[in-house]
Amino acid sequence: MQEKLLEVRNLKKYFNTKKGLLHAVDDVNFYINRGETLGLVGESGCGKSTTGRVVLRLLEATGGEIIFEGSDILQYDKYQMREMRKQMQIVFQDPFASLNPRMSVSEIIAEPLVVNKVFSNRKEMQARVKELMETVGLAERLTQTYPHELDGGRRQRIGIARALALRPKFIVQDEPVSALDVSIQAQILNLMADLQKEFGLTYLFISHDLSVVKHVSDRIAVMYLGKIVELSDYKSMFKDPKHPYTQALLSAIPVPRIDIQRERVLLEGDVPSPINPPDGCRFYGRCRYRQDICKETTPELKNIGEDRFVACHFTNNLKAAVK
Amino acid sequence: MKDNNLLEIKDLTIHYITNDGTVRAVENMNLEIGKGETLGLVGETGAGKTTTALGIMQLVPDPPGKIVGGEIIFEGENLIGKSHAELRRIRGNKISMIFQDPMTSLNPVMTVGDQIAEVIKLHQKSNAKDALEKAKEMLTRVGIPAERSKEYPHQFSGGMRQRVVIAIALACNPTLLIADEPTTALDVTIQAQVLDLMKKLKDEYKTSMIMITHDLGIVAEVCDKVAIMYAGNVIEYTDKNRLFKDPKHPYTIGLFNSIPDIEEDEDRLKPIKGLMPDPTDLPSGCPFHPRCDKATAICAEKAPQNTEIEPGHFVKCLLFEA
Repeated sequence: MQEKLLEVRNLKKYFNTKKGLLHAVDDVNFYINRGETLGLVGESGCGKSTTGRVVLRLLEATGGEIIFEGSDILQYDKYQMREMRKQMQIVFQDPFASLNPRMSVSEIIAEPLVVNKVFSNRKEMQARVKELMETVGLAERLTQTYPHELDGGRRQRIGIARALALRPKFIVQDEPVSALDVSIQAQILNLMADLQKEFGLTYLFISHDLSVVKHVSDRIAVMYLGKIVELSDYKSMFKDPKHPYTQALLSAIPVPRIDIQRERVLLEGDVPSPINPPDGCRFYGRCRYRQDICKETTPELKNIGEDRFVACHFTNNLKAAVK
Repeated sequence: MKDNNLLEIKDLTIHYITNDGTVRAVENMNLEIGKGETLGLVGETGAGKTTTALGIMQLVPDPPGKIVGGEIIFEGENLIGKSHAELRRIRGNKISMIFQDPMTSLNPVMTVGDQIAEVIKLHQKSNAKDALEKAKEMLTRVGIPAERSKEYPHQFSGGMRQRVVIAIALACNPTLLIADEPTTALDVTIQAQVLDLMKKLKDEYKTSMIMITHDLGIVAEVCDKVAIMYAGNVIEYTDKNRLFKDPKHPYTIGLFNSIPDIEEDEDRLKPIKGLMPDPTDLPSGCPFHPRCDKATAICAEKAPQNTEIEPGHFVKCLLFEA
């Protein structure tokens, strides 16, 4: 039986803006099993990065529960949370902005160890830093270099080493390879897979790149305007996407093959504003199957069997919707 | 020049001469583009794709850039050595360019209608009113209602802005369109819309196109021919079908292996080992040899020549030199 490491229930994050309330994350539910990777995909502004940050309490949630190993971390005070953070880490998208330019590679990787007073002895700490650098494939001669001297791939390895320093159980990967060239991207993806196996890590992998997400994830959640519209294992999702948005999203990927012709579902228009969204399905305006009910009632994320979840009034029945 | 060719690049070499050394951005490039054809120019950061585009437009910043040698024959005439006035009549008129980031390539304090009309006024000697009419027509062509011509770039979304840029680029009906990563800044569903639009307009106007991209998926979708670049060199150049069915150069093969395949399951990716070389200090011999699985001792010594392994399939690799 698989055990849930993290469960998110009715998670909400609203931002007050001049124009009104921005629903960045709106009533999101998911769980991640121990040792598993949950991919979180969606386009810019859909709330995927905000979700990642709220889960770590880097941003305070507006409402909901975040159950990590059985207890709701939203109830934790500052001190409990600081302990908790050793278990949960993050790797950021931009390896240029997320590393302090005035710290050397070893100082950056040692920082979490220093902050949490893990070692009393300097030598032991340096040994741990050395071990971490080796784990992520950074040459020892780079210990005293600074981030600006290194390329994007190596910088991202520093970010990963730093995230591993406190031996976490759970890592949020927020677009960790989006800034990298494909040949380097493949190296980093392999590294992350190796680390997951070696240390039994659980990942929340956030990305806009569907082929990358499919490659790394066990299950995938698709977000649209602050809501999860579909969540299922990667195989069923790619074979038979149920939500009209997932269908369009998957069909829009340019596939680097010439032997496969795919039917493309072109969406009209752009993603609408998440500020004061109207009732009903968020995808209403762009959906080719839309009906009156979609405008009035917000579809719930329902289990349609085999642990597949879809938020659409016409799941399994899309054709009937367009009579 | 062959009859059907619109553009021929012959032995083009562009260097950037900096205090830290000479960057060999483009080395001995040979490419041809036929009328109505789309050439994909593929490579990773620093491969020389954008420099090639700027070279064709004669816009390489000088200093530090220098076109060291070669010819760029466009419609039968060498663009290198043309006067500023002559080039100005070509740019934006016969050759136009779409840049990656639509926010930085549009003027934020000018309405989009005026920006499209500007090109038309400059090149077609029409008066302001006619130009604006034509601009509105262009807007509708790219799927934006004509009444939005009075709006400013910030009032549009990323995808819409790129449509405006496309309208500007096509306003004078160019024979060659250079698109430098036109959809990289866009979300995938918007990218699909923009690519679809570009394909449609390209066919309608019978424009030739150079599509600069790092995404082989986009190449599969829109290109007829492909040139793969690595460290300033075109290392493989052939038609799309051959490249996808039977890639020859170890770097091309490595690129394909690095991309997660969306149609199949695979446990591990097979990345290219190592890192991109320092452009001011390229490895001796073949610039790819330190990362190449098939490299032998000679690869570090001898620079590979462009070899035609079968008609229309060029590879720069010692493995294929007789």
